Amino acid sequence: MPRRILFVTTDQQRYDGLGCNGGAVARTPVIDAIAREGIRYTRAIPSNVVCMPSRSTMLTGQHVSTHGVWMNGVPLPVDAPSIAMDLWRNGWRTALIGKAHFEPFLDPFALFTENSLATLGEETLYRETADGRREPHRGFEHMELATHNGMGPLHYAKWLRENHPEAIGMLYPILNAQLQVNEAGGGDTGAPQVKHNPMPREWYHTDWVADRAAAWLDAQSDSDDWFCWVSFPDPHHAWDPPMSELHRVDWRQLDLPAGWIDDPIERERVLAGKPAHWLGWYHGTFVSNYEAPAKWVPATLTADQVREVNAMVHIQNELIDEALGRIINLLRAKGWYDDVDVVFTTDHGEFQGDFGLLFKGPYHVDSLMRLPLVWRPAPSRTTVTPATVDTPVGLVSLAATFADIAGLPRPDYTESARLPVDDDEAVGLGHERVLTEWDSVLFGKIVSLRTITRGTWVCTATLPGSVHDGTDGELYDLRNDPLQHVNLWHDPAHRAVRDDLLDDMWKNLPTTSSPRRECDAPV
Amino acid sequence: MGSVRRHAVLAASAEKVWDFIGRPEVLHEWFPTSSTRVEGDKRWVTLPSGIVFEEQILLVDNDLRRFQYSIIGNPLITHHVGTFDVIALDDDRCIVVYGTDIEPEVLGLAIGAAAGQGLRNLQERFGKG
Repeated sequence: MPRRILFVTTDQQRYDGLGCNGGAVARTPVIDAIAREGIRYTRAIPSNVVCMPSRSTMLTGQHVSTHGVWMNGVPLPVDAPSIAMDLWRNGWRTALIGKAHFEPFLDPFALFTENSLATLGEETLYRETADGRREPHRGFEHMELATHNGMGPLHYAKWLRENHPEAIGMLYPILNAQLQVNEAGGGDTGAPQVKHNPMPREWYHTDWVADRAAAWLDAQSDSDDWFCWVSFPDPHHAWDPPMSELHRVDWRQLDLPAGWIDDPIERERVLAGKPAHWLGWYHGTFVSNYEAPAKWVPATLTADQVREVNAMVHIQNELIDEALGRIINLLRAKGWYDDVDVVFTTDHGEFQGDFGLLFKGPYHVDSLMRLPLVWRPAPSRTTVTPATVDTPVGLVSLAATFADIAGLPRPDYTESARLPVDDDEAVGLGHERVLTEWDSVLFGKIVSLRTITRGTWVCTATLPGSVHDGTDGELYDLRNDPLQHVNLWHDPAHRAVRDDLLDDMWKNLPTTSSPRRECDAPV
Repeated sequence: MGSVRRHAVLAASAEKVWDFIGRPEVLHEWFPTSSTRVEGDKRWVTLPSGIVFEEQILLVDNDLRRFQYSIIGNPLITHHVGTFDVIALDDDRCIVVYGTDIEPEVLGLAIGAAAGQGLRNLQERFGKG
């Protein structure tokens, strides 16, 4: 019986964006059904809350300290470990369709393979190993790549240019004239990175990714083992789904998210209880990274803007669900679906108005750290009782999970056991804690965080940098403070809990690879 | 302002390395660019992406072994100075230091990445020191 893995990722999607996780707006029946048939994880956590480090962890099964991709713009070395390579070496067909982002997007000197494939007209590039074997780029023998806009050298942009050149200007321009994240507002409320996009739905990247994935899958034989990573660029900003779909969610009718604090005085009081980089960014006085528009000040965000951004995200989530449904229908039609392990997740979350913020950055709270994760094991491969796993698990477990599905031993390079199928197994596999790291260095502005999630606690230590001397931090009781409004770091009554968590974290964090890899681009 | 610096130690004398990279017209032989054209104190550099940078050569100091240039005539780039120095460590080794200061700052990262590749190319040519 062939073994097959459909690995589906989104970008910057919140846990509560899916119906199966309690989301009440976006209709996500396809993912909800996958969750009902399999395992739904209620606290899945990334190793980093931006794209390149988190995606590098998915591929390598390593923490950020080990793979060394400490921020967007830092390329994953071409010879880094890759679970896709292990599968390919074992005879699997391998593909990555959609957003890869193991290498920087901004690449005027054409240094990176991902940016060269479409121009070269190649499915992948093969490199010769020391012993003379030829191996595909990161183990993917087929790559068709996309990002959130129609500019640049990737396959989707090339397809748009060649087939629908009039569409290029329809998508929101992600970068401004200074090549920074664009602060320009649009839509009905002037919210940053929102645009009414006249592009027909069929040309939008979500449907393009599904189309290309379906084409690749359709070309596989009945006997092939395959690993297909379908990587949707949405619902990451820009928030510009096709206008034809705006009828799905009327932003004027939306409730504000639970994490939005309506009273600005209370909002500032909550932020002031956290390390100083929170309030500094809120007021626009301390911009430490490229993950949000440098010229946008979060304190200017209005309730209506939050509603409109959320409406756009809900629409993007529905489009992803429908696109995934088309892929799964194809698998059913070919009679393969019962042989397929389906894993669905994202790389990191998004504020979407929580704390009066949008986008992401050095903020290790549920908005960015609690992720959707669903695994439906192939019914023909194994019998698994549908379950909900509440034990915290990390995306660092994905690579070992894929190896396990393939019947391969856990690769030596991975740093976590495979995902558990229930909470009892989580204990046996050693899922005691999840570690998350942040390092940003922006021309002298330095912020570093190290975080442990264990049980119902999240504890973040700041390291010495531009605004911190290494003594501040965050401690949240997830059970009693699900919105993480009350920072218990300095509370004497919780000092023992904090110190125990920190001790556990420092003992288990891998040693940071040295020297630090160079950052080659802002994104 | 974006300010970046990259360096590499080479297994060759500073004189030998400077004799090569001190010639502005051979940039494309080691820096990841497609072609180079020099006329007087002006240089035009074509990137693999097709972008052409017009540059003002500010300094070629054969004694200091320092080269300085500035990208000009580009509406996006409001300030730029790039410098590389070749510094002798001993008779058979030298260090090449490349620095650039640029506005908009994000281009500093991309130019730094290219410089990193250029320095690796020099290490292939001259050996790692």
